[in-house]
Amino acid sequence: MTAVEGLSTWHLALIGTPNSGKTALFNALTGSHQKVANYPGVTVERKAGTLQTPAGRSVNLIDLPGTYSLRGRSPDEEITRDFVLGRLATEPKPDLLLCVADATNLRLALRLVIELKRVGQPMMLVLNMFDIASRRGVKIDLKQLSAELGVPVVTSVAVRRGGTEDLLRQMDGMAANAATRDENSWKPPSASELRAAQREADRILRAAVAQPAPDTMTGKLDAVLLHPVAGLIILLAILFVMFQAVFAWAKPVMDLIAAGFDGLGGMVHDTLPAGLLQSFIQNGVISGVGSVLVFLPQILILFLFILLLEDLGYMARAAFLMDRIMGSAGLHGRAFIPLLSSFACAIPGIMATRVIGDRRDRLTTIMVAPLMTCSARIPVYTLIISAFIPDQQVWGWVGLQGLVMFGLYAIGIFSALAVAFVSNHFVWREHPTPPFMLELPDYKLPRLRSVAIGLFMRAKIFLVRAGTTIFSMMVLIWFLASFPRPPEGATEPDINYSLAAIIGRALEPILGPVGFNWQINVALIPGMAAREVAVAALGTVYAIEGGKEAADQIGQALANKWSLATALAVLAWYIFAPQCASTLAVIRRETGGWRWMFVTFAYMLVLAYIAAFATYHVAVALGAG
Amino acid sequence: MIDSEHNVSAAQACPLGSVQLGFKGRISAIQPANGSDHSVNGSDRPVEDLESRLIELGFVEGAAVEVLHEGLLGRDPIAVRVDGVTIALRRREAMAIIVTPAAESE
Repeated sequence: MTAVEGLSTWHLALIGTPNSGKTALFNALTGSHQKVANYPGVTVERKAGTLQTPAGRSVNLIDLPGTYSLRGRSPDEEITRDFVLGRLATEPKPDLLLCVADATNLRLALRLVIELKRVGQPMMLVLNMFDIASRRGVKIDLKQLSAELGVPVVTSVAVRRGGTEDLLRQMDGMAANAATRDENSWKPPSASELRAAQREADRILRAAVAQPAPDTMTGKLDAVLLHPVAGLIILLAILFVMFQAVFAWAKPVMDLIAAGFDGLGGMVHDTLPAGLLQSFIQNGVISGVGSVLVFLPQILILFLFILLLEDLGYMARAAFLMDRIMGSAGLHGRAFIPLLSSFACAIPGIMATRVIGDRRDRLTTIMVAPLMTCSARIPVYTLIISAFIPDQQVWGWVGLQGLVMFGLYAIGIFSALAVAFVSNHFVWREHPTPPFMLELPDYKLPRLRSVAIGLFMRAKIFLVRAGTTIFSMMVLIWFLASFPRPPEGATEPDINYSLAAIIGRALEPILGPVGFNWQINVALIPGMAAREVAVAALGTVYAIEGGKEAADQIGQALANKWSLATALAVLAWYIFAPQCASTLAVIRRETGGWRWMFVTFAYMLVLAYIAAFATYHVAVALGAG
Repeated sequence: MIDSEHNVSAAQACPLGSVQLGFKGRISAIQPANGSDHSVNGSDRPVEDLESRLIELGFVEGAAVEVLHEGLLGRDPIAVRVDGVTIALRRREAMAIIVTPAAESE
């Protein structure tokens, strides 16, 4: 398809309530032609994509954050409001608003449409998931609905091929009629205006829509999944399976990637003449990037679970089940989703705290989010666990290695709750508890295409990060480990004369008491860029020290050089340590100042030192030194 | 559009936050001051905000409500079906929603 000359590019925006299937529709319309960035000055994710209508008009489509109204309670909702009102300096006023609604659940969406009409922008109501609505016997009189609302109505099935044809045709129709823009008469509605709007929405709903009984499948599933006891057990079981999968399923692919990079390194070793360049390419670039890329499978599996659970509608249930448990620690049920995302990476997790409207709840969640075991810790945990924990079964079916991994996750979660509890009772005593309110959408089968696009975008973001920050850190660590060059006639390995050794030894008096040797200290420094870099750094340090044999098996090298007590102390350190400069930068940005960043950094560092110290000395006392 | 059973005696009316699992009825009033202790701070804004939030999630006078689920600890939070939409909220905020039980025949 090529753009037809003479038709100007159109700017469209998708707006809708949470759970309206807006993102699935966005994925269906734009496919992989997506760009994820931030709105300038704020950390709200800006999702944009491009598409072409049947008439050949090219369209820039923006997926706005979901909202029930234009009141703008959170930064996300403020962006949606300002975008719709044309108040964002960097965004053109949209030519057309596509208000997306779940056809099976129109009540709250219709009130939003009534509110949006006051903005005066050309608008179209898109009844998404129309197939599910038809199957369930929801009868919608489209003509009447359109007449009552005063906006065009079109149906779509975002998850099916061809399900958006009607929508695209209508878009061209709207363009041909050059939809007029009315005066903006929107102002924040009072409670009584909201009430009147909801009454009007209910009236239209009765006039134009025949509602059948509520979805019985959702009711039956919820009877079990939201059961006070069974529901919690199932939730824990899901999390447990998730972590076993991250550990076990990724293994073959990881082995393949590792072998590939080893082969590449070997090729370079054989092709290039021995010297600095050979060492740089093989030990700096290839083994550095390789030992990061190797963890992509684990990140993909984790995000696969998160995306599936989200599309299924289970995430809101998880928040419901966890609310009181989290609430007793002073966290909002909504904090569950940001904290769960923090298992992948604290950065999206901290950014996802924007769904929490209250500042107090948000700050607490942000502070404890880095305690959730992020995927960047997985490389460190995996490396040490596979080197030091025997690969055997306990109770006949549970892998001991997976069990230790589960334990590390559990300690992270428990500490997060404990820190939240403490801050709730000592920092926030004066502040009232804010409300928890959440829609529980009907269950829907996740569609593979939409999940695949979501995964693809996540992988892209991770790889860009691996390709830039981590790569430059790998070059830095190679430099630190290679310069200055050893003097003539040196007897010790080269690295013992390098800058890295100087820094590592300087830290020995501080970190010696927790069982760390100087190689670990060296790896901790570049590990500040991102936790997983520490693995590559250890690899580089040991590869340069011991030649190619050690590079092949970082784990084996560690098993030979570390005591079990040291290994356990490193694990304990990594549960707590604020080993990620990007996370700290995001905290500073999200909280609007240095204060909370320093608070987070300091408390985590103290916990890390105490935990590693205690672990090391207990382990030594038990004979693991 | 307020249905006839809205006119039952005020004695039967009670906050949604205090009803049992399985309760069915209709909303007779929203009294945000009941569901919030924000007013102790001297500002009315959070009270009005709670009211707006509840309305945005469909809690308006006359809407049919049914308590579908409750949590383990303190039977909190609750999941309420409000005119076809299921909303999870804490009993504390639900205290702002005054409901009257449905007649037996309904």
